[in-house]
Amino acid sequence: MLVLDHVGKVYPNGVNALEGITARVMPGEIVAIIGGSGCGKSTLLRAVCGLDRATSGSIALDGEAITAPHEKIGMVFQEPRLLPWLTVEANVGFGLDRDTAAARGDKVRRALARVGLVDKATAWPRELSGGQAQRAAIARALVPRPEVLLLDEPFSALDAFTRVDLQDHLLALWEEARPTLLLVTHDVEEAVVLADRVVVLRPRPGRLFDEIRVELPRPRDRASPHFELVKHAVMSALDRSLDRVRQPADGWLTAGEGI
Amino acid sequence: MSLQPSACQTSVASGADAPPAATRAPRRWSIVTTPWLGLVLPLGVALLWELAVAVGLSSGRLVPPPSRIIVTLAELARSGELARHIGATLYRVGFGFLLGTVAGTLLGAVAGYWSLARRILDPTLQALRAIPSIAWVPLFILWLGIFEPSKIALIAVGVFFPIYLGVMGAILAVDRKIVEVGRIFRLSGVAMIRRILLPAVLPAYVVSLRAGLGLGWMFVVAAEFMGASEGLGYLLIDGQQLGKPAQIVAAIIVFALLGKATDWLVERLTAPLLRWQDSFSTTGTG
Repeated sequence: MLVLDHVGKVYPNGVNALEGITARVMPGEIVAIIGGSGCGKSTLLRAVCGLDRATSGSIALDGEAITAPHEKIGMVFQEPRLLPWLTVEANVGFGLDRDTAAARGDKVRRALARVGLVDKATAWPRELSGGQAQRAAIARALVPRPEVLLLDEPFSALDAFTRVDLQDHLLALWEEARPTLLLVTHDVEEAVVLADRVVVLRPRPGRLFDEIRVELPRPRDRASPHFELVKHAVMSALDRSLDRVRQPADGWLTAGEGI
Repeated sequence: MSLQPSACQTSVASGADAPPAATRAPRRWSIVTTPWLGLVLPLGVALLWELAVAVGLSSGRLVPPPSRIIVTLAELARSGELARHIGATLYRVGFGFLLGTVAGTLLGAVAGYWSLARRILDPTLQALRAIPSIAWVPLFILWLGIFEPSKIALIAVGVFFPIYLGVMGAILAVDRKIVEVGRIFRLSGVAMIRRILLPAVLPAYVVSLRAGLGLGWMFVVAAEFMGASEGLGYLLIDGQQLGKPAQIVAAIIVFALLGKATDWLVERLTAPLLRWQDSFSTTGTG
């Protein structure tokens, strides 16, 4: 279980990015974090993956404090960040340097098969399309079998079709080992398609504002009325978090729960 | 000859309008023909000069015709002189290049990787860089004597700066985002250098090696002007003092060939390390 206890972050220049974030994420749960720009959602993710340290509060995975990158926590960035001097298969196997060459080759081959990049195994990253590169990046993060996978707006740079494609793909990959997914996004539909829970942050400083449970069975039909209803609830919470009230809020808040 | 549609087809059919077909030719044609086109001017001038001297328009004493240069080269080669001079020059460039590269790489790496070292080292080195390297010559001669050490030191100084700057700049320019990938996978300091920093720095390093080598060839001439008894630079001075312009031009041509050859060698030797880079130009056009 991932536990955030009053996590706060004040940057050296005095900007208060996060304040009092307390949350528990159960194993295998998918949580989407959404919020307006400057709400600290990326800051939060960077603290959880150990790249940056929170300035107050604590983060713990299975009781172990996270202060630096941890082997049980994987990360997918907004850009693929493949190493341009390594082939696709070497990139996917990058985190497996503790395995023997044979074991690594085996794991990489299976991972490439799962993300549909077998024929690109020996290609250079530059030869991949944006969607292929991001799939390789997801494979790279999943190959060491992390307990928690963090995704920082992983599909935001992709076109709409590829994005929907990769969202479904991510869910299929998640089904295999059921890691905890913590996903930062600014796309309401993406949050509702993927997550068990959508957490809305409020900006300046970043605080928890609201939480919407998405209790729709998977695979989720993006066109169903129930889906629309939950989407609406998230959007209205987002609006309220930005003080842009345009809906009677109360009716929507629990809309997802009754379904 | 032309694959151009409409506009050129008429000219091809008429068979006479060569200029429009040439200027509007598809790209791959111009790529094929351009290097040969570039030879037309120098070869044409050489040929004209040869003819001018042959028919007696000029004695060719100060500006020797190509045939005389070739004869000079052949004589130097037959007597074994040429090999001796080339050997001496290559030895100096090689040794100086090696020293300059080692020093430039080490200090550049330290200054790039460690900001405290950069703040201590860099201002001094930048100040030294502002000194024209030839200005060191009298001091080097006083310190190291007139023979090889002072020459090699001068070449090493010339090679040092582009490599130092190249390595330091390349390390500073390594993408923080790629470094974070290494951190996420919990690479140790050594592994981070080996698996992230070194490959990331390599393309810029090769460029700085080639720039350094070019300066090495430049400074070997200066070094050999200061009292050498052999070397291609000596051939230049000797040709000037004894009034043998053909020998000067011959030495210049050998310099050009050697400079190009060693540059090509560095390029070939490093090409396998940079395969991931040029894959872009060969296959990434789509």
